[in-house]
Amino acid sequence: MEDVLLARWQFGITTVYHWLFVPITLGITWMVAIMETAWVRTKKPEYLRMTKFWGKLMLINFAIGVVTGIVQEFQFGMNWSTYSRFVGDIFGAPLAIEALLAFFIESTFLGLWIFGWKKLSPKVHAFTIWMVAFGTMASAFFILLANSWMQYPTGYVLNAETGRAEMQNFGEILTSKVLWTHFPHTVAVGFATASAMILGIAAYHLAKKQHVIVMRKSAAFGGAVLLVATIGVALTGHWQGQVMVEVQPMKMAAAEALWDTEQPASFSLFAVGDKENSRNSVNVAVPRALSLLSCNNLDCEVQGINDLQAEAVAEFGEGDYIPNLFVTYWSFRIMVGLGFLMILIGGLAVWFHIRGTLIRYKWYLKLALWIGIPAAFIANAMGWIFTEMGRQPWIAVGLLKTEVSNSPTVPGAWIIMTLIGYTLVYAALALAAGFLFVKYSKAGPGDEETAEDVAESMVY
Amino acid sequence: MEQGIWNLETLWFVLIAVLWIGFFFLEGFDFGVGILLPFIGKDDTDRRVMINTIGPTWDGNEVWLLTAGGATFAAFPEWYATMFSGFYLPLFLILFALIIRGVAFEYRSKDRKPEWRSMWDWAIYVGSLLPALLFGVAFGNLVRGLEIDAAGEYVGGFWALLNPYSLLMGIASLVLFTLHGAIFLALKSDGDVRVRAAAVSSPLAIASTAVVGAAMVWTYLQGDGDFVPALLPILAVVLLAVVIWLTKSDMFGWAFICTGVTIVAIVAAIFIGMYPNVMTSTINPDYSLTVFNASSTELTLRIMTIVALIFVPIVLVYQSWSYWVFRKRVGPRDVTTSTH
Repeated sequence: MEDVLLARWQFGITTVYHWLFVPITLGITWMVAIMETAWVRTKKPEYLRMTKFWGKLMLINFAIGVVTGIVQEFQFGMNWSTYSRFVGDIFGAPLAIEALLAFFIESTFLGLWIFGWKKLSPKVHAFTIWMVAFGTMASAFFILLANSWMQYPTGYVLNAETGRAEMQNFGEILTSKVLWTHFPHTVAVGFATASAMILGIAAYHLAKKQHVIVMRKSAAFGGAVLLVATIGVALTGHWQGQVMVEVQPMKMAAAEALWDTEQPASFSLFAVGDKENSRNSVNVAVPRALSLLSCNNLDCEVQGINDLQAEAVAEFGEGDYIPNLFVTYWSFRIMVGLGFLMILIGGLAVWFHIRGTLIRYKWYLKLALWIGIPAAFIANAMGWIFTEMGRQPWIAVGLLKTEVSNSPTVPGAWIIMTLIGYTLVYAALALAAGFLFVKYSKAGPGDEETAEDVAESMVY
Repeated sequence: MEQGIWNLETLWFVLIAVLWIGFFFLEGFDFGVGILLPFIGKDDTDRRVMINTIGPTWDGNEVWLLTAGGATFAAFPEWYATMFSGFYLPLFLILFALIIRGVAFEYRSKDRKPEWRSMWDWAIYVGSLLPALLFGVAFGNLVRGLEIDAAGEYVGGFWALLNPYSLLMGIASLVLFTLHGAIFLALKSDGDVRVRAAAVSSPLAIASTAVVGAAMVWTYLQGDGDFVPALLPILAVVLLAVVIWLTKSDMFGWAFICTGVTIVAIVAAIFIGMYPNVMTSTINPDYSLTVFNASSTELTLRIMTIVALIFVPIVLVYQSWSYWVFRKRVGPRDVTTSTH
């Protein structure tokens, strides 16, 4: 395999793995903060038990998210040194700011939260988890700032002398429309993932009719957040699609396997591509739907792959500017399909809870556990794979191609060694995390009544 | 030094040096605690006492490293690209170590099975030992210079990094961090751990004085004998000799300050000695990466400076507050009543 392909596999594997844990963190920190605040305000013991139970799962998840994040930060220099030299003037700043603003807050205040149950007053203690939640969101913002720039470079100037992209206008980078659609989408995804997990695990206990007080409240909370968050995911996703048509039309065309420019454009439900002849051999499509999604009217034109390829050749020279269509087309569909399924699961939870019948519907409780949780993880992975694969062949769109961005001095053998190393250690950690997740989820909340009870079970 | 020192490039060089100093000062004792875990922690209670002395703060300490890495990327992309791709395999080992170690702290006590806990104890030990050694090796190579070609790429391969001088630097950092951790434990723990940590401190101080002294002499002999950096290593070795006496006299507060200042002095000497180079080329001095030819633009540096001026003081305040909250010693009572 070519070195650059190995480096891409390494980035893909480590990123998707990191992205299994991070969305939970993004949502659950806020939800635990709300639970703890409810306890501080009302002193109802069930809120403390909720805080501790979901807080433990939060910690089991958090640990893996943190350590796999370190790999992400160092990997740019290790495997992608040419890229790092080319974009460092712009791309390095958000990473440094992320560490300074977000990582310090997350790590310090999480330490205070875990170990501070007896040492801090309840209010100050609750404040620490709010800070952690804020830190996770700041982290998401800055890393998406960096990623958005790769999707849609703005505020830069190409310096012929140094041969790199250099910052010209930081404000333009900060206000990138890709960033401001990526970020809300990602935050909504975080809440959707965490709430799907909370709802699913609460459903497990409700189906067994155990820990009913805590789990009924948790299911209602999880269900409500899930409904709101998944609707938010859909709306922000729609908005992202519109920006994508504008700034990365090839990605949208690839998502749709839309070979020829159409006006009005139809939305493909199922297609079998035929890349050699630049067409689909099979395509089942909804007329005008893609026009509606792309520009909110039924008649607009959506550019197709063939035209965009010709445009790219004219602008950048000979080459293949078409992403891997099988991956983009199907990852997009799986993501969107599972997203709608999750809206349904969240909606049903809210509906059943309002009617007070949630605990009666065994089929639903099973659905929330066995479909709701996996759906969230699969949709997350698909979304990330789509947005990154849809960017190909570019690493920074229009500026630098992925195939020339890796480290020239790093031989393939090293990448293979580390690829195997990461995969093995990540697999082992997945086993350990899975074991603890199942163990603590099944065990259910304890019967703690005071912060002192919780303190003893939180320390290392 | 045609450009003088009053510029943003130099400021960021100093800031990155400060981040490394902070990292080695703080995570240095975390590594030491992890390395001593199998030796001082005779039973599960001991080991939990040890881990809980650093439990609330180890992760915040590690962020000093992440910020140093991020700041290097932002301020000196060429340095970041050459160093991280050049130190590829050692860096992978460091990452591997930090991964298993970080998870181990959180997971170890979440199950009672002895095999589970012993597995994570190994992860903490190995995960502390490897970086304590390898960071010294990496900095040894930075001091010694590397095969940097005209394109600014490291072309020396893996085995060239394991030269005798750099290995000695690695052993020096390993022993020094272990000592720093032992003194920290003598200050922060109670019960058997405190007694044993105090007992191993003196022999570790003797070993540190010898190994660090040898490493500093070698550094001096192969260097160009810059006056200011030479004062700092002398101070470092003298302080370590004083630590031998301090640990024997049960003055661990002072001993901790001395090992801390030793770490500060050595890392500062390394950075002052390198300046204005960040990666010195042994092929041709003209190929060296310097703070000027490896840096970002003025605009990026200015933005980063503003961000740092606002947020570094805030970080220092809340991190100090966290140390204040957890200032008490951790003893067996703090961990044995646990119900899980």
